[in-house]
Amino acid sequence: MAHTQSHKALIWKVFGLLSVITFAEVLLGIYKPSALHLSKFLGTSPLNWIFLILTLVKAYYIAWFFMHLNEEKKWFRRAIVWTLVMFILYLSFYLLVEGGYAGGTFNGVFKSLTTFS
Amino acid sequence: MPNQTNGTTWKGGGDRPFNASYGKMMMWFFLISDALTFAGFLGAYGLMRFKFLDSWPIADEVFTHVPFTHTSMPMIYVAFMTFVLIFSSVTMVLAVDAGHQMKKNKVALYMLLTIIGGIIFLGSQAWEWKHFINGSYGAVQLNSGEIAQFVDKEGHQVTLESFATKTHSERTQHTRSNGVWFKKEASIPAVTLTQVLDGFKNNPNISLRTQQIDRATKTKIILSRSEALNLLATSKQVVRGANLKVNEYGKTLFGDFFFFITGFHGFHVFSGILINIIIFFNVLVGTYEKRGHYEMVEKSGLYWHFVDLVWVFVFTFFYLV
Repeated sequence: MAHTQSHKALIWKVFGLLSVITFAEVLLGIYKPSALHLSKFLGTSPLNWIFLILTLVKAYYIAWFFMHLNEEKKWFRRAIVWTLVMFILYLSFYLLVEGGYAGGTFNGVFKSLTTFS
Repeated sequence: MPNQTNGTTWKGGGDRPFNASYGKMMMWFFLISDALTFAGFLGAYGLMRFKFLDSWPIADEVFTHVPFTHTSMPMIYVAFMTFVLIFSSVTMVLAVDAGHQMKKNKVALYMLLTIIGGIIFLGSQAWEWKHFINGSYGAVQLNSGEIAQFVDKEGHQVTLESFATKTHSERTQHTRSNGVWFKKEASIPAVTLTQVLDGFKNNPNISLRTQQIDRATKTKIILSRSEALNLLATSKQVVRGANLKVNEYGKTLFGDFFFFITGFHGFHVFSGILINIIIFFNVLVGTYEKRGHYEMVEKSGLYWHFVDLVWVFVFTFFYLV
């Protein structure tokens, strides 16, 4: 159990990377370049896709190097990651598709009939 | 045969399957279920967000406060909070690293820094909640339940007080001291609905906007004067700040999800701080030194990093997209 070598250099490198990504996200969030913000790509704006991908990159670095998934056995790691990825993709796919459908129906047909806020 | 193993990965009933100790494995199992819980919450938020895509509040107009300033600066404060949490994750992983080398004092120091980081984050969240609950501009709720906000010529939001007519009101706050002791009422808003409507009629510079978003520019649609007056004829009440029933930012659901999800995350941070404090004292009294390894620090570290991981997603879905 007692590792001898320290991972300090790696830890600070990962910290630097996470900070840079967060900084980029914040800059994009403040300035919202209209070419990315107001156009549409695969159901949402390219800016939202950028945010989502940067978030997943951050999640990967936290899980792999801070939670030390990189040091676990390959199939232990897969049992964790594949389970989460599968269920969350499945859940969010249906929720977002249904939400989009409900929104379309709501705005098109029921809008004038309802007192919903 | 299917039950044959190579004798290294799974030793069929050994006490360290996958070379992970029982405690660490169970922590991972807990984190998986907790991650799915948060996925459910954020998924529900996404469902409602997509359903009300054309009328959801714009985060940049809601979270604009920064301590010691009065200008509107979106993103800055929450970026600070995110940074604090990431940094506390770094000190946590440094504590784990020091534990691997059996350096008791360093583990204690890094644990302490992690705890301080967590407390700063929690305090920042409380500050953010306070401003969210108190509100900044105020709005009017219509009979339809929709929220209408007031803007100036440039389209910037203005406070109700800045244009409402100042008339004397006979109505005074009813408190326990001037009636029966068990009866009191919620505080009366600083401006009444009549004052706001009156002020709007006398102020041609003030315009009204509803929750509806213009898809082309992703901004709230500002109404013409006649439309605004027609709509205001159906107003129900003055709204100031946010609670679970109504909020000045728009959709009630937005406020509810904000309170629930950031609250649930904040509760995780709170319990993480408690766990870290317990481990910190155990480190100080030498429990793990005697045990010969610092695996408990690793386990509480896993939980703490998970809290950071969840915040990364909350940050994206509440403040960025």
